[in-house]
Amino acid sequence: MTSVTEARRAAKSPPSRGRPRRGAGHGAWFLVLPALLPILVLSVGPLLYGVLLAFTDAQSGRTEPTQWIGGLNFTDLARDTLFWESFRIGLVWAVGVTVPQFLLALGLALLLNQNLRLRWLARALAIIPWAMPEVVVGIMWRLVYNPDAGILNETLRDLGLGDGRDWLSGLGTALPAVIVVGVWAGMPQTTVALLAGLQNTPRELHEAAALDGAGAWRRFRTVTWPALRPVALAITALNFIWNFNAFALVYVLTNGGPGGRTRLPMLFAYEEAFRYGQFGYAAAMGCVMVAVISVLLALFLAGRLKGGDEA
Amino acid sequence: MRTRTSARIGQYAALLAYLLFLALPFLWLLSTAFKPPRELGSLHPTWIPEDPTLANFRQAFDEQPLLRAALNSLLAAAGAAVVAVLIATPMAYVMARHRTRLARAATGWVVVSQAFPFVLVIIPLFLVLKNLRLINSLPGLVLVYVVWALPFALWMLVGYVRAVPTELEEAAAVDGAGRLRTLVSVTGPLLAPGIVATALFAFITAWNEFFFALVLLKSPEKQTLPVILTHFIGAEGVADLGPLAAAAFLATLPSLVVFAVIQRRITGGMLTGAVKS
Repeated sequence: MTSVTEARRAAKSPPSRGRPRRGAGHGAWFLVLPALLPILVLSVGPLLYGVLLAFTDAQSGRTEPTQWIGGLNFTDLARDTLFWESFRIGLVWAVGVTVPQFLLALGLALLLNQNLRLRWLARALAIIPWAMPEVVVGIMWRLVYNPDAGILNETLRDLGLGDGRDWLSGLGTALPAVIVVGVWAGMPQTTVALLAGLQNTPRELHEAAALDGAGAWRRFRTVTWPALRPVALAITALNFIWNFNAFALVYVLTNGGPGGRTRLPMLFAYEEAFRYGQFGYAAAMGCVMVAVISVLLALFLAGRLKGGDEA
Repeated sequence: MRTRTSARIGQYAALLAYLLFLALPFLWLLSTAFKPPRELGSLHPTWIPEDPTLANFRQAFDEQPLLRAALNSLLAAAGAAVVAVLIATPMAYVMARHRTRLARAATGWVVVSQAFPFVLVIIPLFLVLKNLRLINSLPGLVLVYVVWALPFALWMLVGYVRAVPTELEEAAAVDGAGRLRTLVSVTGPLLAPGIVATALFAFITAWNEFFFALVLLKSPEKQTLPVILTHFIGAEGVADLGPLAAAAFLATLPSLVVFAVIQRRITGGMLTGAVKS
């Protein structure tokens, strides 16, 4: 429907291009400015400012003027084993959340795309975690994981699977427990995006393949997946970035504990900046995080896109 | 035929498993919120409170300034939603209708900002707002929320603008209506449902937001609900579970209600966006 109007517009616009163009240009500036100004001052500007800060010794509440110190923050950072440990945890967390999130959301999206009864209810329920404040999600799962009054241990006890444990305080269980929450919290967005992608797959092709006797798996491989791939790649890349930048969930669940086992890089940088006031150093951490994540993502996307050409 | 039936049963079973996984934690929150202290201390907690009570809610309001925080959240979220939509709609219009360099740059920013590193932005933002004397103030927070909600708002609105036929605008132009006039009295009314949905989405995003509020607001009487909620959890991570659950449940209600209203439009908005890009 809309593409038709677009095509019509494209066919129509060349003749009208001559005269009103200049006027449109001025009008456009007038319309764009109210949004452009805050974007420049509070988004683009701070980003550049942040990169500059990484090369200074800026601290909070200091009276002496801030000085350029070149790459000193970065050489310090390279030797900061605590930071790299936190970085490693961040990567484990981001991959550990993004991969199951994608697989589970794909399964759910495929189900919701079927003609099942109560589909509307399932769709509504599946989106609930999206509407909840992250802080509430964290609080909720603290109640589930609570060693005594929590439902998880009670269920384990009922099933005769031992006494359960203190999931969020155990050195070995804290990170997996937090990852489960991350998967839960991020599933709706992924499901909705994949569902949108699924609804773009050509139905006729599906039916033709079914008539030719292709099984469900083959139909998925040859018809659904090729159409879904771009959406799947985009949402996975975004999820990875969002998860790596996660803060509120883990802040509420464990605040980085026990013994730093769940201290994501964002928590680390937050403490460095706003507890210890090391603005310059924390900005340098931000730069390193962005750089490494960009490289990883570029490798991931390049690999995936190339794989698509060969297949 | 037989295999089809068994496949169907399998599908329903899988769907049920998903729904349990997604819904049970929330039901547990509800259950905890209505339990008296005796049941919360019990070693064998039950799904349904044996002796349901509202005492947790009363205690929650006594322990923390919940009303004040809710008011702050409401002001910040409503302010952000209104301002975001006011400035995003004209920009989205230009992005949808003109293929200028500016429009392309804006689209690029929308995509890149999805991947924005908060760490790198928050420190300079803190310093900039401090210079503008907007630290520890709700208007400062509203500004940040506006910019933060803009990418998704633009994304949604561009989709809605493209769905409005250009013929209508051309007809208005032929009748002698100026640009602004066309936008306000022809395109605007057609966009209204989309604008409302976008505003409500911005409202939820701001209502739920935690990180910026934590950093930018210092005094307790200015803080928003998510920040106040974390105050229920003590320094050692020990919390009074009943009031904590009650307050968390209350804080979620507005988001859930608003989300229920716009749910269909959000999925629809993502659909049009996905098709167009």
